Amino acid sequence: MPDTIQLDIARYSPERDESPSFQSYTVPLRKDWVVLDALNYIKDKIDGSVTFRWSCRMGVCGSCGMMVNGEPKLTCATFLSSYAPGPARVEPLRYFPVVRDLVVEMSDFMSKFRAVKPWLVRKEEKPISQGEYLQTPQQLENYKQFSMCINCTLCYAACPVYGLDPFFVGPAAIAMAQRYNLDSRDQGSEERMEILAQHEGIWGCTFVGECTKACPKNVDPAGSIQQYKLTAAMHWFKSLLMPKASR
Amino acid sequence: MSAPTTRSVPPHTPYHPRWYRTHVSTYWWMQQWSYFRFVLRELTSLGVAYSCVILLYFIRALSVGPQAYEALERRLASPVLVLLSFISLLLVLFHTITWFSLSASAMAVRVGGKRIPGLFITASNYVAWLVISGLLAWFLLR
Repeated sequence: MPDTIQLDIARYSPERDESPSFQSYTVPLRKDWVVLDALNYIKDKIDGSVTFRWSCRMGVCGSCGMMVNGEPKLTCATFLSSYAPGPARVEPLRYFPVVRDLVVEMSDFMSKFRAVKPWLVRKEEKPISQGEYLQTPQQLENYKQFSMCINCTLCYAACPVYGLDPFFVGPAAIAMAQRYNLDSRDQGSEERMEILAQHEGIWGCTFVGECTKACPKNVDPAGSIQQYKLTAAMHWFKSLLMPKASR
Repeated sequence: MSAPTTRSVPPHTPYHPRWYRTHVSTYWWMQQWSYFRFVLRELTSLGVAYSCVILLYFIRALSVGPQAYEALERRLASPVLVLLSFISLLLVLFHTITWFSLSASAMAVRVGGKRIPGLFITASNYVAWLVISGLLAWFLLR
């Protein structure tokens, strides 16, 4: 294994540049380093102006998502040695507006995420005196996979539908809606259906499946969307056959 | 009034960041193998549509009579149409096989509270395919 590796990093300054360009840095190639370690080395030792987001360094916060050699990756969970002998290309997450260097603007995702009501919706809260909402391990298992989402938005950067149609609600938001729909304590599936059953909701998805491959937490957003399509189709059939009952 | 000069510094509004937005190329599907495979799969629908049209022609010929059926068979025996049928068969097979593997992710079947493994759903699709094909063959060839 060589001692060093070249990283080509996308640079963009809104005050100076019309469009991003690449700047090359040579960093030590250590076996135990992830791409984020190399970025921090550049920031600390070579060029303090390189801008990127990061926080936990352990695949929990979801802040350090970037494109590494064209693939959406959590840079804290991607070994630098995988790209030896290099060079490796580091870019901001695809399809998002770039604020600066490797930092993207996420408010579009945040507003979509909020729109699907990612919280427990109750028609009527039971009084505290009646105790908590109990759940069996099996009921937990029904939605647990989807609850693993860390909002890193790698799935959006992997989804060509989101790139082509910015109104598409997108993989993580739909998976999170499904997480609450499948929760035995939740009663908000009807409210979410109004948002998700639109064209820009589940029906916008053409099942490319790349979101599931990109997900670092094995959430399977593509699966959740297809399963939701089935639910929405059944709901539609039911409302067609029994219009009164479905109201 | 002087003509506007070319600015070396792009316009920038204070307190409102000037984001850079990437343009998605028309050829986005050619830039990544997985995207290309996806578009290829979508295009295989043309093969499925072609097979359906041929099937409808056969049904119509059957309703007209034996002569119409033989005439259709003769027409389909031309080298160009044989080649077209062969290509559509390949496309239909590709579509079917990829659909079977995708169905495992699209269906969350639970038995006794536990989710059935995806492999089982894919395998059951193949079994259903074989059984239905076998029944049809038995019905047509007996």
